[in-house]
Amino acid sequence: MTQPIIALHHVTKRYGDATILKNIDLTLESGKFYTLLGPSGCGKTTILRTIAGFTDATAGDVLFAGKRINDVPANKRNVNTVFQDYALFPHLTVAENVAFGLTLKKTPKKEITTRVANALKLVQLADYGDREISALSGGQQQRIAIARAIVMQPKVLLLDEPLSALDAKLRREMQYELRDLQQRLGITFLFVTHDQEEALAMSDEIFVMNQGEVLQSGTPVDIYDEPINHFVADFIGESNILPGKMLDDFQVAFGGRQFECADAGIPANEAVEIVIRPEDLTLTDPANAKLVVTIDTQLFRGDYYEIAATDDLGNDWLIHSVNPAEDGQSVGITFRPQDLHVMRFGEKEAEFDARLETYEGEEDESSDET
Amino acid sequence: MRAVTKRRTWLYFIPYGLWLALFVIAPVALIIYQSFFDLGHHFTLGNYSTYFQSATYLKMTLNSVWYAFLITLFTGLISYPTAYFLHQLKHRQFWLLLVILPTWINILLKAYAFIGIFSQAGLANQFLTFIGIGPQQILFTNASFIFVATYIQIPFMILPIYNSIDDLNPAFVNASRDLGASNWQTFRRVIFPLTLPGVKAGVQAVFIPSLSLFMLTRLIGGNKVITLGTAIEEHFLTTMNWGMGSTIGVILIVAMIIVMTLTGDKKPKGGAPR
Repeated sequence: MTQPIIALHHVTKRYGDATILKNIDLTLESGKFYTLLGPSGCGKTTILRTIAGFTDATAGDVLFAGKRINDVPANKRNVNTVFQDYALFPHLTVAENVAFGLTLKKTPKKEITTRVANALKLVQLADYGDREISALSGGQQQRIAIARAIVMQPKVLLLDEPLSALDAKLRREMQYELRDLQQRLGITFLFVTHDQEEALAMSDEIFVMNQGEVLQSGTPVDIYDEPINHFVADFIGESNILPGKMLDDFQVAFGGRQFECADAGIPANEAVEIVIRPEDLTLTDPANAKLVVTIDTQLFRGDYYEIAATDDLGNDWLIHSVNPAEDGQSVGITFRPQDLHVMRFGEKEAEFDARLETYEGEEDESSDET
Repeated sequence: MRAVTKRRTWLYFIPYGLWLALFVIAPVALIIYQSFFDLGHHFTLGNYSTYFQSATYLKMTLNSVWYAFLITLFTGLISYPTAYFLHQLKHRQFWLLLVILPTWINILLKAYAFIGIFSQAGLANQFLTFIGIGPQQILFTNASFIFVATYIQIPFMILPIYNSIDDLNPAFVNASRDLGASNWQTFRRVIFPLTLPGVKAGVQAVFIPSLSLFMLTRLIGGNKVITLGTAIEEHFLTTMNWGMGSTIGVILIVAMIIVMTLTGDKKPKGGAPR
């Protein structure tokens, strides 16, 4: 493994009595796209500010390429930030904004001109150099803010909810562009967002945070398919979360019945929670069904129907189906064993990973059958 | 219905309209009108030709501008760092109140207080005697005039500067630091340019009144500095040459317009993004 470009070791941040960050450990490798994902107030922006140098860690170490940088001031750190409100200087033109950092370094004029032109070209605003900042649209300001940061050729680019002020269509466009830009430049991106769709679409690795703690980290697919607890399952995507009981390895009971599942390593009879994603549920006739539910209501979402239903024990179910159902109708639902994901109460990420290791191989064999 | 609402809105304009007509438009019109009459109430352009041909009046004008400039300069040099420092404090509203407090006291009272402090047996001279320098002539010097005028004007400079610093989005400072600027570079290239409107407003609030200061020139400056304000007072109250006094008044109004234009915003920009 190469040396991590950024590492946080046991970083804690307190303001008075309030603890904003609780013992954060986090490692970023060079050249990847990372996302800090969590609800507002979870501490994700504080992590960004700690790395940028705008705020101090109360305890713990911030490492940059292996060196401790806690005491290095923000202007001496080889990281740059794209701010949530862009923070473009209103008294300077677009080109002057982009050139700001380079002129401070006493870069030769000729080099500044070419680098600024290249940066503007990279964000597709090559002809905008002479414009006033106030003459730009939100999306254009966003691009200039990115150009101003990448022209400095930082090792790490920190992005603080940079897309939150854009409308939905522009946001999707920028997601592609940011991802593309990151891959072309090979700079490590640390992206902060509360938008789970954004995080899933762009990241190599996601850190899911809540209340000052990193709950789970992993690839988007890992986090989506195997959320560690109720919060993560609920925050990332939509899900059906049901109370259940582990009977044996690969056997779980919920809704008054026993099902085959893909999880193991949990003591028998332990109370657990079961997650099933709405898109993994398939409507079928009651005879072939694993469960029978009654349709309450449905919404047409364009590419699918979102169906709300109730089973005979009173559990609510959310089903995504390509075909519509009829309100009040009794229908069967079915799912595959690997669509069930079992979560233990209070399990930490390390324990979860260790447990997964013990049966990962077996799981692959069993899921191959279906 | 529409007509009624319209008439009501119009009614709100009456107090302001009356104020504007009685206390702004009428006096200015009267001053301009008076400036075209000589002592015998005959229409003349003589007052203006006297003004532009008299070395005394031109010197007086230069004097006024020079001292107003000095007062504004010293006020600015003291006020910007003060406003910047006040803004960092925890109980800044309280400290700001202490800055504003002296403006509630009448300017004449403050002038008389300084006469006491600067006089031969005053506090300042007692201190100078104590440290062995011996009593000096402080009152009725140009330095004491500038000192007291600066003291009186400082709050009017601090307030607009403080407000512009308060309005400054802290993200701009972070962005500047993030791009590698030191504290001084951040101040010179980001903070100062972005708070310049406050400085300009302060200059307007200090320079223009300083042009026509007259009580202080007599009470503290001992009439050594004759400003345009003093000249107007003399013409209206002593020589009774209202025409000449009005002419100088017109000159002052023109000077104000020039200062306003110079310190105004060059080009109106759209709202700054924040």
